Amino acid sequence: MTDSTDARTATTDAWQPSTIELERRSFRRRQTGRSVLVSIASTLAIAALLVWALVGSPGWTRVVETFFDPQVAIASLPRVLEGFWLNIQVLFFASIGVVLVALLLATLRTLRGPVFFPLRALAAGYTDIFRGMPVLIVLYLVGFGLPGLDFFPRMPVAFWGTIALILTYSAYVSEVFRAGIEAVHPSQRLAARSLGLSHGQTMRRVVLPQALRKVTPALMNDFVAMQKDVGLISVLGAVDAVRAAQIETAHFFNFTPYVVAGLLFVLLAWPMIRFTDWVSARMRAREQVGSIV
Amino acid sequence: MSGATGPVLRLRGVRRAFGDHLVLDGIDLDVAAHEVVALVGSSGSGKSTLLRTVNLIERIDDGEILLQGRDISDPRIDADAVRARIGVVFQHYNLFPHLSVLDNVTLASRLVHRVGRAEAERRGLELLASIGLADFARAFPDRLSGGQQQRAAIVRAIATDPELLLLDEVTSALDPELVGEVLALVRSLADRGTTIVMATHEMAFARDVADRVVFLDAGRIIEDAPARQFFEAPREERTREFLTRFRA
Repeated sequence: MTDSTDARTATTDAWQPSTIELERRSFRRRQTGRSVLVSIASTLAIAALLVWALVGSPGWTRVVETFFDPQVAIASLPRVLEGFWLNIQVLFFASIGVVLVALLLATLRTLRGPVFFPLRALAAGYTDIFRGMPVLIVLYLVGFGLPGLDFFPRMPVAFWGTIALILTYSAYVSEVFRAGIEAVHPSQRLAARSLGLSHGQTMRRVVLPQALRKVTPALMNDFVAMQKDVGLISVLGAVDAVRAAQIETAHFFNFTPYVVAGLLFVLLAWPMIRFTDWVSARMRAREQVGSIV
Repeated sequence: MSGATGPVLRLRGVRRAFGDHLVLDGIDLDVAAHEVVALVGSSGSGKSTLLRTVNLIERIDDGEILLQGRDISDPRIDADAVRARIGVVFQHYNLFPHLSVLDNVTLASRLVHRVGRAEAERRGLELLASIGLADFARAFPDRLSGGQQQRAAIVRAIATDPELLLLDEVTSALDPELVGEVLALVRSLADRGTTIVMATHEMAFARDVADRVVFLDAGRIIEDAPARQFFEAPREERTREFLTRFRA
């Protein structure tokens, strides 16, 4: 191995690109330059068209006043931010809960053998119900129904909102996990069991790490979806960003606070999306030798 | 080690059917300590299934499999503990792609045999160095050639000092020029006294390294003879037919 590496470095020193290679390189450069110019031009053209259509519309000034008033935005920001902090807390706990419950459900559904039938059936029933039921209804049922049981008396509504989100999203995420588990080639399980690893060890150390890698993009998709749905806890009366925006809107007779809240949600989601892309790209590069297609 | 004097592995009347298809039809086989046994036969003759039953990956329908004198085909036995005592190498290596080569090699030591990480890695690096892969210890399997991956898989299988090593056509998926390095490693293990049962299509290698050659056809052992005798003076007509196909 070292021999071939040495040989390669040795030839690199003396090597000069041939005329064919130089010509190809200049072609690639020209090609890249042209693509960049075309994309800039088309972006500008479309942007100009959009701006012209929007600004030229008869109600434009009214819309700007009611939705994009900078003074209202600044005035409402502290309250909306305060509410947004509640969203972030709910998101944090809900994410942890979703991952744990979903992993449990997915593992239950992959158990084999007749002994586990009740558990498998339970997990299957759970995912069917909570994937089918609208989040809003789950929120109402959990938020207004469960407190009546008096298990945890006087918990804040955000707590029940978190529970509702966990119920709904763990059903989705467990299916993603299950798809990932099933996408790991059976020979991997075979190799692990042959080494003497137990079923549990095989799952934890061999199957799940590979499964998670395969489904990271799908998981992140669900995570971003949930980032937005934490705003729905406002229907239970929790003063989150959406609710705060609603109050501020009523106060200023202006819709700008909704735009502020919406932008906050986008800002929260955006780095997460970029981060996921970066992580998956890095994992691919680490484990696979690259190619140009 | 109850059966220190008896065979390491003993199969008695092992039978396995997939539906109507009888894959193993009453197999009797003894493998002594330090012995190298080659299983030969055309595809579908039952070689791989035989190895899989020994490793308890495949259930048997009848018969007994004894490891060091103890019946491991008994359903009451702890299958994980038995598998931990047997090393297996597969045709397609089956290295874990998310673990470094060193982690692949040390995984079973750490998880199953409860060896500390430092000790397991010291031993793992030693083994990788012995096959010239020390530089790849921290690399992921995908960076390795097929031959290197298969050698790493063999080292993974022997890292826990198994009592028996099963090789399932370990060179069949390799490019011809990579076969040699893998066979050389198997040969060195055989020379060091590892007890090996290998399914193989490499007749020259079987002749060279195996003590005994067992010819399977349609789930039955047709001939079981010392390697030299098997190739030079086969007793059975069907063995001769099989061998002529390789001599061409």
